[in-house]
Amino acid sequence: MIETRNFRILRNVVLTLLSLWVAVPLYVVVSTSLKPLKDVAGLFQWIPREITASPYFEIWTTVPLAKYFQNSLVITVCATICSVTVAVLAAYSIARLEFKGKRAFSLTVLSTQMFPGILFLLPLYLIFTQIRNLTGVQLQGSYLGLIITYMTFTLPFAIWMLSGYFASIPKELEEASMIDGTGRLGALFRVILPVAKPGIIAVAVYSFISAWGEVLFASVLTNEATKTLSLGLKSYASESDVFWNQLMAASVVVSLPVLIGFILVQKHLVAGLSAGAVK
Amino acid sequence: MSHSALDSSPAAAGSQTVPETAGPLPENVPAPKARKARRSFLPYGLILPAAVLEILIHIGPMLLGIWIAFISLTQLNLTNWLNAPFVGLQNFVNGLNPESTIGQAFFSTVGRTLIYTVTVVGLSWILGMAGAVFLSSNFKGRALLRTFFLVPYALPAYVGTIAWAFMFNQRDGAVNQILVDTFHLFGEERPFWLLGSNSFGAMIVVNVWQLWPFAFLMLMAALQNVPTDVYEAAAIDGASLWQQFRTITLPMVRPANGVLLMVMSLWTFNQFNIPFVLFGASSPKDATLVSPLIYQNSFGSWNFGLGGAMSVLLLIALFIASVFYIRMVLPKGADND
Amino acid sequence: MKNPLKVLTALAATATLALGLTACGGTSQATSDTITYWASDQGNSLDDTAAKLKPSLERFTKETGVKVQLEVISWTDLYNRILTAVTSGDGPDVLNIGNTWAVTLQETGAFEPVEGALLEAVGGKDRFLQTSWSTGGAEGKTPTSVPLYGLAYNMYYNTKMFKAAGIEKPPVTWDEFVADAKKLTKDTNGDGKTDQWGFTAAGASVSANSHQAFVRGLQNGGTLFDKDGKPTFDSAPQVAGVKQFIDLMATEKVMSPSDAEISQGSQKIDNLINGKAAMLFDQSPLKNFDARGFKDWGVAPVPMMQAGATGDAGTQSHVAGINLSVFKNSKNKDNAIKLAGWLTSDAEQVALNKAFRSLPVVTGASSDAAFQTEEVKSKRDALANHALPMPLVAKEGQMETLTGTAIKNLFAKAATGTVSEADIKAALEDANNQMAAAQ
Repeated sequence: MIETRNFRILRNVVLTLLSLWVAVPLYVVVSTSLKPLKDVAGLFQWIPREITASPYFEIWTTVPLAKYFQNSLVITVCATICSVTVAVLAAYSIARLEFKGKRAFSLTVLSTQMFPGILFLLPLYLIFTQIRNLTGVQLQGSYLGLIITYMTFTLPFAIWMLSGYFASIPKELEEASMIDGTGRLGALFRVILPVAKPGIIAVAVYSFISAWGEVLFASVLTNEATKTLSLGLKSYASESDVFWNQLMAASVVVSLPVLIGFILVQKHLVAGLSAGAVK
Repeated sequence: MSHSALDSSPAAAGSQTVPETAGPLPENVPAPKARKARRSFLPYGLILPAAVLEILIHIGPMLLGIWIAFISLTQLNLTNWLNAPFVGLQNFVNGLNPESTIGQAFFSTVGRTLIYTVTVVGLSWILGMAGAVFLSSNFKGRALLRTFFLVPYALPAYVGTIAWAFMFNQRDGAVNQILVDTFHLFGEERPFWLLGSNSFGAMIVVNVWQLWPFAFLMLMAALQNVPTDVYEAAAIDGASLWQQFRTITLPMVRPANGVLLMVMSLWTFNQFNIPFVLFGASSPKDATLVSPLIYQNSFGSWNFGLGGAMSVLLLIALFIASVFYIRMVLPKGADND
Repeated sequence: MKNPLKVLTALAATATLALGLTACGGTSQATSDTITYWASDQGNSLDDTAAKLKPSLERFTKETGVKVQLEVISWTDLYNRILTAVTSGDGPDVLNIGNTWAVTLQETGAFEPVEGALLEAVGGKDRFLQTSWSTGGAEGKTPTSVPLYGLAYNMYYNTKMFKAAGIEKPPVTWDEFVADAKKLTKDTNGDGKTDQWGFTAAGASVSANSHQAFVRGLQNGGTLFDKDGKPTFDSAPQVAGVKQFIDLMATEKVMSPSDAEISQGSQKIDNLINGKAAMLFDQSPLKNFDARGFKDWGVAPVPMMQAGATGDAGTQSHVAGINLSVFKNSKNKDNAIKLAGWLTSDAEQVALNKAFRSLPVVTGASSDAAFQTEEVKSKRDALANHALPMPLVAKEGQMETLTGTAIKNLFAKAATGTVSEADIKAALEDANNQMAAAQ
């Protein structure tokens, strides 16, 4: 919009309010993570009476956070890479090729978004059990089970975003390349993918964030050896004691990788979305 | 139009049986025939991995979930679930009879969840829109604010919710510290945010805090495509800010809204994590949403048939609503592909 | 039925059957000298629990040559983990369960009945405290779990606050208890607001509330189920019992409204330590007292309606504790049974219960010097003479959820307004209807 004086005043007011709204809970998390436990118990202090970094050291021994970190990293990175790969192939097919059943496939994929997760928690577990009984492939309590679960959860939205992005790329680009002798797949990899980089980054970020924070399925599909970070956070609040300061410190630690990654790619994210999903 | 790729109009779907380049080719030339065969396989080959995963993780469990609604699956036969007895519509009769306590709870919960969804999605959209509009203009620190606003979305859902639960604590929490101790609202009584009817509002606040950056992100991306000279022209014509917003900005984001509102509504309607972290396995009566209710009636009681019956009913309702929505809203944006 | 899914499941079932034998041999990771043990979180943290269990398990390995792969599971996850293990048949060899879950889990048929070799390994039922043993399974059926740690509710109080209020000995009857609580409820800093309360409880803890519904009901002559197993949550004596508990906040005003938000037991213990409340009912606050270096506590039996009451009216606690089960699907049952025997042996009972501040469940261990303190004696008296097991019904979990949630909501109502007897009656009636519908 045109920047009149009123516009600027309104902008400053709105953006200040929005910033406060975002900042207050974040401040509570960070400041609590720097307080000794005895100061956390009473009325909340906006200005900490005493600052200590010790919660950041204690979190590693109260629960085996380093191991959960490793688990989360393996599961999330694999799920993201696989999800993006599978979504790129399917999205290209939908955006560029004509085939029977395309509409049915597209609608089915999109409609999976309406299932309440709770509906298929037990069925999924039962199916994994059957697969193990029939083939010996262990999907519960293994990385593999969680990876394919997470990648599938993010597929519908990823396919939808990418097919929009691909559709927005001029057909002439790959046609030129196909005349040069490369086939469809060649065109996809050599022409489309480089152009679609922002869209792919947007999808990867979405997949990563979704998988990194998930707890419901992780609570059933993991065991002590494969437990994820988000799930591990719950261990700081046990029936016998709640270590609020450590919980908050661990929350900061858990959030940092996502935040850093997010900040690094967020420029591409907006560009990706604006060219693809929302046009 | 992006989503048109997924939701191409029925007319286009009908004509898709013939590959696009098949027509003009001479029929008796062998080479293009081979090419044609390969091409007709290619689309299926490309969607195959996605299709397999969807069937294994989404469709298969969903069908099994529907099946569970028709059997009696309890702790007695969970180890041997394949042989659980078929009970027909019994679970539906037990759980959804509006005369019974469970049925009443179910239907009032569905109503409450609808109100919840409309409120959360509406507020998130308004906040997202406000952020997007003002961050589309150029000023110093814009990039920084944009990143900052996205932080709640990037945080793991558990972290955001536990932070709010900590703040909403009646005796020691930051919220009452500000409202009661600093601004002396509510007299001297410290209100309870996580009990009784307030808990519904508290849950909405937490959900909006986590969801609005998503709306903000999508709307901001949509506004990138609005050329500034359109606004300039409108301003010269004397259009007020509000008029500019209504006549230029809103129409520009309409296509993005179609899917954005649908996806946000489905996520919100099926919300489970936030109430589960805020209230534990049993939410206050005024704040019980559908997913936690189903959880209580399947995992809490080991009676998966009952929870299954509720899920199936919901699934049907959501399906009808979504089909209706797709028919009503999405085709509008779908014609200019 | 020509349902494709049915056909598919039938096919899968046949295939499962055909592959059954190979699968059995193929998927087991456990070698003959390693067994898996799921332990509940009895210490101050998962790590703490593991550290306290380690010496015992090491002695077991030394003695038998069997290695134990230990996994400590938090209480929030344990039930769901057991549920999934039972469903898939893929679980640990030995595991801890909350003893109130015993009947529900017994019904799944996933646990080894305590007879034959297992009964022999634990040395027969007569070694055990009989109240604890009775939680092992439904009446008239072979139990599928044996007691491991014993717990019972006692009343704990802050001795300094008692002294300051001029209370010389802890209350015995409920009326005395309420009167003392009133004396202890006051405004200490003169700002017109009460900041010290007579009693504290975790008003939002579903399970703790259900325990009180059980105990207060019995003391008033009620039961949660009648002889035919029909729920009677809303019978007059049950309503009266629950009302006594709710009234502590609603009408007697000796319990802080803030307690309606407390969902974790540790938070109410903090209230006692910080001097915000003077009395509470709990099973084992000692590890929290230790961790905070708190010494000014006293212990007494949970008050009863009449001094010296016996039988149902003399109930002070449910038979609390942790039981141990052997998984029927265990590929290594002999060694699993050995571990069950080991953990219930006199020597290990002394070591473990000492570490976790709980009660030995075998009479042979009770005479150890570690269990002669007043606190332990009081707990043992409650467990042996004033405790009944929570109703031994298959839907025990749901009963806890329904009654506990009803009380949680009533506390919430009391904290934000008033609660009438009709409200209490209506809430319990509602819970009763849901229980009846679920059975």
